[in-house]
Amino acid sequence: MTEVLKPGSSEPPENIYLPHLAAIKEIREETQDIKTFKLVFQDEELRKSFTYKPGQFIEFSIFGVGESPFCLASSPTREGYIECSIKKMGKVTQAIHDLEEGDIVGIRGPYGNGFPVEEMKGKNLIFVGGGIGLAPLRSLIWNVIDRRDDFKDVIIVYGSRSIADLVYKDELKQWQNTPGVKLTLTVDPGGEAEDWKGEIGFVPTILEKVNPSPGNSLVITCGPPIMIKFVLVTLNKMNFSSQQIITTLERKMTCGLGKCGRCNIGSVYVCKDGPVFTYAQIEQFQEEI
Amino acid sequence: MERYVKISKKDFYKWVDSLKKHGKVYAPKRKENTHVFRPIKDSSELDLNYISTILPPKKYYFPQKESLLKFSIKPFETAKAIQKFEEFVLFGVHTCDLAGIQCMDVVFREDPLDPNYINRKDRMTTVGIECLKPCDKHASCVSMGNHVPRGGYDIMLTEIKGSYIIHLNSQKGEDILQGHSYIKKCTQADRNLLDSLRKNKERVFKEEFIGQLTEVYTVFSKLSESGVWDDVGKRCVGCGNCTTVCPTCYCFDVKDELDLNLNDGLRYRWWNSCQMDDFARVAGGEDFRPGRVSRQRHRYYRKFKYPIDKFNRYFCTGCGRCSRTCMAKINLTETVNDLIKEHRNVSIGI
Repeated sequence: MTEVLKPGSSEPPENIYLPHLAAIKEIREETQDIKTFKLVFQDEELRKSFTYKPGQFIEFSIFGVGESPFCLASSPTREGYIECSIKKMGKVTQAIHDLEEGDIVGIRGPYGNGFPVEEMKGKNLIFVGGGIGLAPLRSLIWNVIDRRDDFKDVIIVYGSRSIADLVYKDELKQWQNTPGVKLTLTVDPGGEAEDWKGEIGFVPTILEKVNPSPGNSLVITCGPPIMIKFVLVTLNKMNFSSQQIITTLERKMTCGLGKCGRCNIGSVYVCKDGPVFTYAQIEQFQEEI
Repeated sequence: MERYVKISKKDFYKWVDSLKKHGKVYAPKRKENTHVFRPIKDSSELDLNYISTILPPKKYYFPQKESLLKFSIKPFETAKAIQKFEEFVLFGVHTCDLAGIQCMDVVFREDPLDPNYINRKDRMTTVGIECLKPCDKHASCVSMGNHVPRGGYDIMLTEIKGSYIIHLNSQKGEDILQGHSYIKKCTQADRNLLDSLRKNKERVFKEEFIGQLTEVYTVFSKLSESGVWDDVGKRCVGCGNCTTVCPTCYCFDVKDELDLNLNDGLRYRWWNSCQMDDFARVAGGEDFRPGRVSRQRHRYYRKFKYPIDKFNRYFCTGCGRCSRTCMAKINLTETVNDLIKEHRNVSIGI
């Protein structure tokens, strides 16, 4: 393989590491350690042209602190802004939590493959989420609700450690009241209060109780690894095939562009080939998920 | 210009001194009892009689620390950090390191193009030099097929009988050869000498692996669980030397650095290593590749399995640096051969 290069060749390529500027329009406190940030690009053109798929992610920059990847929690059907729900975990997320409305941040993306929305048309969709894992599902759920006729029944099973840890509390009510959407909320044993009307138990247990049928259905799940592990056991018991199970993987990601090597599992780069995979694909990986 | 030309050793150093006008010249230079790629002022500093340098020349087209952006917090703005890249000549690169350059090219030219890499690489003129004898017990270039030139250079030098035969591979190569009357056409006799030199190399250079590369690939496909990995992992001290010196390791981290005024700063990328224990750990504490066994296995799989699936290319060049530098004496050839042996034993039911 030889290559013939010309000296001082053509135009320098676009700088893929350069973020766009966006202003924080609104901050909502979801829980004690999770906030949702509504962001609007400074550049008016970009505000209109920025499109994405549910399940894709962006790189969020605070200059001087660093850059971290977060899933887009908003739906592309809601134009003009994007939203990210961010849990305070480390240095960058702490700095993001310290931001105020009106502050300017850097955003680049969208990256990743996103959920196969078109393949979901005409199917029953079962969402299984735990904790902050509802964020990427929320993007898809609003997308589905906004294009309600394209999809069949929607079942959502969502749980967290305690009532206080449930995110998007106002929206959960709206989903509950949407025709064709069945929402089941649960909290881990001990996380309930006296007036709690939802379920008490771990997500996989409650999923089994809800007992969705695998016929013409797809499951989309996201949550802590331990939850995913047992959700898979439950789904297997209910005869869902691994092709019917879709998840979005968490990994250490740095560049978001398939270069830096951080999110590599086998020959797959989670940031570029994923982060959305079917369980059938995951079974082929040569490393543990 | 002809595809093959030659230069006598007498004129060679004159020509090396002329390269300055094509940019800074980086070349192998003696450092204590080994060699390093360094900028050279003139040909007297050049030492082509070397086995592989401590670091591969990747430091020039993928620097250890490289600024990506500069920023200021107030007024808030971002700008491209690097507007200027300089032309340079990378001189005297062995064929194993040329293979390393080709691997990096595949990675950084894959969509989306990496602007920093491309800007540097496009300004680089590469002069290769062919090894005439095997270097040491650590290299595995013959098994990797990199003991002979296989592209990745602008010109290639092969020393034969008081001259260097030069293979021209690009316009850039032509540029650094033009205008020197002492660079002569190659005769048929010269070409015949080159052919017989290559034939002779076949006898002198022996394959280091006990099996062919196709077998190596099969072995890696089958043996992700093996006592060999446990052994390698137990010996590894997690220093990351192996990845630092590897010509095809390119994993990086990105970090911001603020000036003392706490307003202006630079965003850098730095070499990172999959051997560091925080490499795959996320802020929540979850480590997606815990333990030295899985981290060492990962390093090997990134040479002999994953890039073949992804790019159809082995990412081991056979340079031997990882084995040469390993404090725990983990030897790549031994690891690969142990795996092949284990796989053969399993296949026949031992």
